[in-house]
Amino acid sequence: MECYNFKPKSKFREFVGEKLIAVTAFTALVAILLIFVFIFKEATPIFTSPEVQEEASLNKLTFKQVYREGRAAKWKWQPESEVPKFSLLPLFIGTLKAALVAMLFAVPLGVGAAIYASEFASKRMRELIKPVVELLAGIPSVVLGFFALLVLATALQQTLGLTFRLNALNAGIALGIAVIPIIFTVAEDAMTSVPHSLRDAALAVGANPWQVSFTMVLPAALPGIAAGMVLGFGRAIGETMIVLMASGNAAVISTSLTDSMRTFSATIAAELAEVVFGSPHYNVLFFIGTLLFIFTFLINLAGDLVLAKLKERFQGKMG
Amino acid sequence: MKRIIITMLLLLLAVGGWIASGSSITIKGSDTLVRLGQRWAEEYMKKNKGVVIQVSGGGSGTGIAALINGTTDICEASRDMKKKEYELAEEKGIKPYRVSVALDGIAVYLNKENPVTELSLAQLKGVYTGSITNWKEVGAPDHRIILYGRENNSGTYAFFKEHVLDKEDYADATQTLPGTAAVVNAVSKDKHGIGYGGIAWAKGVKYAAVKKDDTTSAVEPNIQTVSSGSYPISRELYWFFNGVPKGEMKVLVNWVLSVEGQKLAEKMGYIPLPKELAEANVVE
Repeated sequence: MECYNFKPKSKFREFVGEKLIAVTAFTALVAILLIFVFIFKEATPIFTSPEVQEEASLNKLTFKQVYREGRAAKWKWQPESEVPKFSLLPLFIGTLKAALVAMLFAVPLGVGAAIYASEFASKRMRELIKPVVELLAGIPSVVLGFFALLVLATALQQTLGLTFRLNALNAGIALGIAVIPIIFTVAEDAMTSVPHSLRDAALAVGANPWQVSFTMVLPAALPGIAAGMVLGFGRAIGETMIVLMASGNAAVISTSLTDSMRTFSATIAAELAEVVFGSPHYNVLFFIGTLLFIFTFLINLAGDLVLAKLKERFQGKMG
Repeated sequence: MKRIIITMLLLLLAVGGWIASGSSITIKGSDTLVRLGQRWAEEYMKKNKGVVIQVSGGGSGTGIAALINGTTDICEASRDMKKKEYELAEEKGIKPYRVSVALDGIAVYLNKENPVTELSLAQLKGVYTGSITNWKEVGAPDHRIILYGRENNSGTYAFFKEHVLDKEDYADATQTLPGTAAVVNAVSKDKHGIGYGGIAWAKGVKYAAVKKDDTTSAVEPNIQTVSSGSYPISRELYWFFNGVPKGEMKVLVNWVLSVEGQKLAEKMGYIPLPKELAEANVVE
């Protein structure tokens, strides 16, 4: 019989193999860095070029502007106009509104399902629920958007008697469906990773399963659940196709959830393909891209940090 | 191993040579025109074996950008090029040559339950700029008007803005949807909705007849009224080339402008060019 020899054939091969694997890891890092640099580079004329600033300075993007003499100052997004108007506020409000509705819808469902799956469900039930909820994440967002555009919008309008068919509520709910699996997966993970020693200790001193779940496991896993929500929020901010199809895309300033709205991401998707290359409008769209990048990066970073902390804590307790 | 690589390379070369041997034309641009462009291409390829024509959409602006960047031979557009685009083309050494290939009427869609049958251009302007917000101001029961329109990347958006809104801004409350089909769908489901788009599209909605002003009578959009120019909201659809088309492209565009090509346009629900206009556009 042949003997297995685990000795590498040569030091050189080992060295090359190691380096190759390191290169693949750094490719991702470099790609992210380059993407950011490129997007930001296309946005810089807003800060540097006086010509672009005439239409789209940081001041014009943020504050109320008087567009016609004698009229009140307004925030307006009307990039294709005799006097282009590039206020980001209507888009910012729209983005937040959609994400807020999505969270209101997805957090109770996602967290509830996670508590059930990790604490109360029988093994068979859990093995059914987990893959099914995670399957939700596999639905292409364009399909969810289409569903919201055709079915959900009509149903909501008829039951609630809404003025606008396509609105923040409609888009937010569809967005929520996309966010549920993220919240569910992270929250469920956090709860099942609460050390068994803790559960056993609680049961040993006479707590019933309900008490174990709500006074022990849930508080211990809370940071993980919070991280799930934060990551879900990040997805809700960046998601494009659903809001593009289901929100009506009217850039209005309104706090009502039943008004139509327009988000950052949908604006980029709808306008970038057509914009005149190098125009102020083009620069502004890239600036929006930069903002989205920074937002989602910070949100995801926060979520990951919380998760790392949690892991440390559990392992600390175990040890 | 070496032999396999060599075989693969030879195969690749052969395939590449085969693709390059026939004359190949790419057409890109307006979503309004893309269906007609594809039909024309199919018919033309059937008659002229060996010619390969690839047609894709993306919007007038996308097509124009592609022409300027030299990535398409023909650009389909539902609007003329903007001044900035002409300048950009000149910078890159592209000389846009414009040919009208068909007409298109922009229809105003209303829900079938809406009692309104006609609107004047002034009323339409008021509705879409936001100075008229209630249906009772144009003769229908009291309810807020729900505005649907296209995204600002669409040629239809730009045309409607220029010719109906006199270049004023759309009302902020205008809901913009990706594509005419989405607008038609939205209006068909919304009793109080109003939308606009090509006349080949209206399924499940009705057209409003449009009055130029209060002294003229309202005109329904259809092939006759658009072709004769009596329907007030109509436009020409274009093909742009880099320089005067020669060779295969010249043959293609002249066939498109021929009676046969224009018949095909009519069959697809577009408006054929009146005879004089088609002849005036033929490339010498």
